[in-house]
Amino acid sequence: MAETISVEVARYSPERDTEPSSQRYDVPLHKDWVVLDALNYIKDKMDGSLTFRWSCRMGICGSCGMMVNGEPKLTCATFLSDYAGDGSPVRVQPLRYFPVIRDLVVEITDFMNKLQSVKPWLIRGDEKAVSEGEYLQTPEQLDRYKQFSMCINCLLCYAACPVYGLDPVFIGPAAIALAQRYNMDSRDEGAGERMDVLAQHEGIWGCTFVGECTKVCPKHVDPAGAIQQYKLTATIERFKSFLMPWAAGNSEMESAK
Amino acid sequence: MSGVRQTVRYTEYHPRWYRTRVSTWWWLSRWPYLKFILREISSVFVAWFVVVLLLQIRALSRGPQAYAAFEHWLQIPVIVLLNLTAMFFVTFHAVTWFNLTPRAMVVRFGGKRVPDGLIVGTNYAAWAAVSVVLAWFLLRS
Amino acid sequence: MAKQSNEPILWALFSAGGVFAAFAIPVHLFLLGLAFPLGWIPAPGYEYLHGLFSSPLPRIYLFALCFLALFHWAHRFRYTLYDGLQIKHLNEVIFVCCYGGAIFGTVLAGYLLWNFH
Repeated sequence: MAETISVEVARYSPERDTEPSSQRYDVPLHKDWVVLDALNYIKDKMDGSLTFRWSCRMGICGSCGMMVNGEPKLTCATFLSDYAGDGSPVRVQPLRYFPVIRDLVVEITDFMNKLQSVKPWLIRGDEKAVSEGEYLQTPEQLDRYKQFSMCINCLLCYAACPVYGLDPVFIGPAAIALAQRYNMDSRDEGAGERMDVLAQHEGIWGCTFVGECTKVCPKHVDPAGAIQQYKLTATIERFKSFLMPWAAGNSEMESAK
Repeated sequence: MSGVRQTVRYTEYHPRWYRTRVSTWWWLSRWPYLKFILREISSVFVAWFVVVLLLQIRALSRGPQAYAAFEHWLQIPVIVLLNLTAMFFVTFHAVTWFNLTPRAMVVRFGGKRVPDGLIVGTNYAAWAAVSVVLAWFLLRS
Repeated sequence: MAKQSNEPILWALFSAGGVFAAFAIPVHLFLLGLAFPLGWIPAPGYEYLHGLFSSPLPRIYLFALCFLALFHWAHRFRYTLYDGLQIKHLNEVIFVCCYGGAIFGTVLAGYLLWNFH
């Protein structure tokens, strides 16, 4: 008989339950098993009704984010063996601060809308014809935004952000970092449009730099840094538009590249 | 422009979700959150220092007798204890502030981002220099 | 630009105050609040300090310190109350109390330093 580990999984059925409960399963403890392997084992062999999201198993798709012992984690990159030893079960819960649809599945439409609102794509004043070739970029220009482009929308940063939990209108870490990813891109000309959304109170000013979003990010994006940097940019723009009203809107952030 | 700014939108016509309310004591739940709230509370002691400074200015303006009373007030154990606490918090503020600076402000030199450690180190060096200069002004007599 | 928010201005004051407070307050507080009253370092006499505070540059410095440190407090404390206590319905009251307090303290500092003699 192989060694086992207890996994305590949050269960919630909207048809049956008024609030989540937890269910305990004993699964084999393999050295190379991650929390997601345990969940799949439970679903395959023990309880087919367990519901959770997953896809790539390699930290790319960003769909298996959950709370493991109270910390936001990608379950495909969180080893069971790290929680073995003290005899207490591994607690697996849905991502914090999001409404729960069923078991470990959360509702993320709010984030999808916010993401879209910051226009995370290249915006050009006038598009070049395809025949004119690519928009060229130097390695230094790439370096400015590359870090922010690593985001996989796994939403661990939202589950780590008390400001989002307290005030769900806050645009939140990933969406702001992704806005910054395009703002800092030398090919992009949409910083002014994005500022309309970001410089709102719900955009960036609600952030108090708790900094946990950056700590939990599995891709080493620094959303907290992105937000503070953007505060500085927005402040400079605000003073510029106050001192030189005629220049407002033209220069917005383009000089930052 | 979308309506995201005003409201939180979720999918419509969905079955019942479960939502948890954030506890009022959320900042006690994890050490990093507690550290965060202590960092924010440091601002109270920044304000406390301004109060002490204003009392000093008023006492100096009123004459030697008032100033002696002010100096005496500073020696009351409760005030010393308060100042000791304030000292801890303003130092905590300074350290966290300097450590977070490179994240909030990206400095580039010759196309390359200046390493965080260098910015933090410069901050500490400047802190030491400023402290020495201010102490020199106050102790010159 | 959409509607102009005042938040950047308040944030700028918060940041400037944060920098000022981080650099200057620890040494001030250490000397004034601990080292002098506890006798670790002999305190400067009344005459010297009075002379120092009478010259214009130190007075401008002290005014800037009070002004920025208070607005730093106001901003940070306001958000601490928002987040820490979850009293959103009192947002306006908190706003007025925090920045009102900072304005009051700044005016008081200006009055005391202007009339310093």
